[in-house]
Amino acid sequence: MANHTLSVLVENKPGVLARVAGLFSRRGFNIESLAVGPTEVEEVSRMTIVVDAADTALEQVTKQLNKLIHVLKIVELDRDIAVERELQMVKVSADGRTRSEIIEIADVFRSKVVDVDSDALTIEATGSPEKLAAMVRLLAPYGIRELVRSGMIAVGRGSKSITEGRALRLERSA
Amino acid sequence: MEMTGAQAVIKSLENEGVDVVFGHPGGAILPAYDPMLASPIRHILARHEQGAGHMAEGYAHATGRVGVAIATSGPGGTNLVTALADAHMDSVPIVAITGQVPTVAVGGDAFQEADITGITLPVTKHNEMVIDPERIGAAIKEAFHIASTGRPGPVLIDIPKDVLNARFSFEYPDRLKLPGYKPTIRGHGKMVREAAREILAARRPVVYAGGGIIRAGAAEALRRLAELVDLPVVTTLMARGAFPDSHANHLGMPGMHGHWTAITALQRADLLIALGSRFDDRVTGNLATFAPGARVIHVDIDPAEIGKNRAVDVPIVGDCKVVIEQIVAALDDLLGRGEVGQDRSGWWETLRGWRDAHPLRAEQPADGPLKPQTVVRAIGERLAGDGIVVTGVGQHQMWAAQHIGYEKPRSWINSGGLGTMGFCVPAAIGAKVGRPDQTVVAIDGDGSFQMTLQELATAKSENVPVVFCVVNNGSLGMVRQWQELFYGGRWSAIDLGVDVPDLVKLADAYGCPGFRCDRPEDVDSTLEKALGVGDTPVIVDFRVDPTEKVFPMVPAGASNDEIIESAEEWYAKAAAGATGGAGEPGGAAALPDHMREGNVV
Repeated sequence: MANHTLSVLVENKPGVLARVAGLFSRRGFNIESLAVGPTEVEEVSRMTIVVDAADTALEQVTKQLNKLIHVLKIVELDRDIAVERELQMVKVSADGRTRSEIIEIADVFRSKVVDVDSDALTIEATGSPEKLAAMVRLLAPYGIRELVRSGMIAVGRGSKSITEGRALRLERSA
Repeated sequence: MEMTGAQAVIKSLENEGVDVVFGHPGGAILPAYDPMLASPIRHILARHEQGAGHMAEGYAHATGRVGVAIATSGPGGTNLVTALADAHMDSVPIVAITGQVPTVAVGGDAFQEADITGITLPVTKHNEMVIDPERIGAAIKEAFHIASTGRPGPVLIDIPKDVLNARFSFEYPDRLKLPGYKPTIRGHGKMVREAAREILAARRPVVYAGGGIIRAGAAEALRRLAELVDLPVVTTLMARGAFPDSHANHLGMPGMHGHWTAITALQRADLLIALGSRFDDRVTGNLATFAPGARVIHVDIDPAEIGKNRAVDVPIVGDCKVVIEQIVAALDDLLGRGEVGQDRSGWWETLRGWRDAHPLRAEQPADGPLKPQTVVRAIGERLAGDGIVVTGVGQHQMWAAQHIGYEKPRSWINSGGLGTMGFCVPAAIGAKVGRPDQTVVAIDGDGSFQMTLQELATAKSENVPVVFCVVNNGSLGMVRQWQELFYGGRWSAIDLGVDVPDLVKLADAYGCPGFRCDRPEDVDSTLEKALGVGDTPVIVDFRVDPTEKVFPMVPAGASNDEIIESAEEWYAKAAAGATGGAGEPGGAAALPDHMREGNVV
């Protein structure tokens, strides 16, 4: 088994998230992360789904996803040819003694402090899942009070666009 | 045209060419029942929404057209779920329309509220709650298109009461807007040519024909293919009638209770030509040992079926009829260029030898007891390849699939994938409504029959003259069979009592002629009387031997090499320890792994 990143373009219709997520659970898959948002095409949303699955099982779930009427297109983004990013916010315990050390760590990761209180700091970081995990490791000794991640989004490298397809042109012209 | 949402629903159904709907009214769907009075569409009042759903299925099975079921919100919708799941498994085109509580009440646990689109998500091809009256026409047009094209299936449209009551300017759309739905119809040219070459090169090919042949209207194309290059054909439970049983190339039905030759032909084949079939576990048995030496051509309109259970050498996504015609053309082309197929006289000799050595067994002692196979065979002989047989689920279904010759598509209707007991009575009514010109014989078990027998009232009051033949063994026969073979004869919860209810009195209560038959010599005359009635539903109570079992049988999870052809063979194996001493209390403990309780599926 290995992690796969699927970009799923869907019609922005009520219940489409439930249809997609339900299909994964129904077919016995565990979603590692899922992020949904609008695209440059009106009425089309993009889901980035990270799923842990064997190749043959992934092929089956992709085919089943394709059968959903509101799913327009599915592309598996191989990490070698895609840029993967995730947003993370960490609330870390910080007093006068540790605050500057923590800010130093945040700087190393080119992340920024977005909120500060007398006994805590909140750091916002963007990056690959590995980078974010490394940051969490370094911050852990100070005491992590809260951690939130957006779920990964990804885009293929180069000039090609996955929204240039027959299905989407139809959507655009309609 | 200015009208209400409810009028728009009925108008949309008319626009789709609907001539009959099966339904049950209730609070939230009430608005739609008023304009029905002014519509030429016939409404058949089912006594339970599940009945309405199976009637819509039976109608669709028999006619190939989309069946329509209508129900109210809450329990109306949830009662439809079994029929939707059944249609989903067997790719039956139906559209269900349900009322919903008013939009302002949705999500508030209102009276008779159920999240029916949420509930039916996994068992429909598509569903939608329409919250804008302007969407009604498009939603219904899309529903019919989705239900009937590609791999057919059920679509549910849920409409809140206020949307049904809203007044607006209605126009039926003439275009569909479904950018995410484009079934592939034509097979890939290169793959088609590859398939043709594989067919010529195979020494032991078998066509494994499934329900997709019937859905695609591909029976004639299949026959041309089989005759062109002399291919043996097996027809699955869902494909009975897709290829004439009387045809010399037909080997019978494969699967758990299939014909020995059909099962074994698949096992020994070097090429499976799977056409609209899906390598279901009831056909393959233990997948790891299924057709071990075969290459596979798999044609299906649903890409997800290809490679799902069995690795495929030549995958072709497309409509069965179109792709088979393409393959025939490719074969014509190859043959025209002087290519010749392998010599298969040896394969045919082997197959004919098997056919002679392993016929279906059904012995009828002259002095009784009446064997169920005798009843089923007599029905088959009376129909003689005509008419429509509809069954429930259980032993009677298997006997009816085995012992009756089916010659035409849509002459055999059953619940294959979901295995829905209770399917028979309403589905037979739906079939007869769709095909009033055909004799419709419902062959049901006494267990299955009692799950939906309230629909006899529908048959009677709507004047739908189905001949209901109950193969009555007073028990849940298939469960009994498994308890005998796999649970050491420890009977648990199988006794229904042969007299409860008294089916002849029941017939009388519904105002229908009722007959009883418990002697072999009376079967023919009873059927003659029952089939002679003609203008009203009939119920026949055939009292049959409760100990009779369905054979051949490949035990669940076992390899298709392990076909048991008779009870005697089973008990001989049991005595030799090969089955773990079934038939004796506690015998199940000694069963081989694949037959243990947890593995018996």
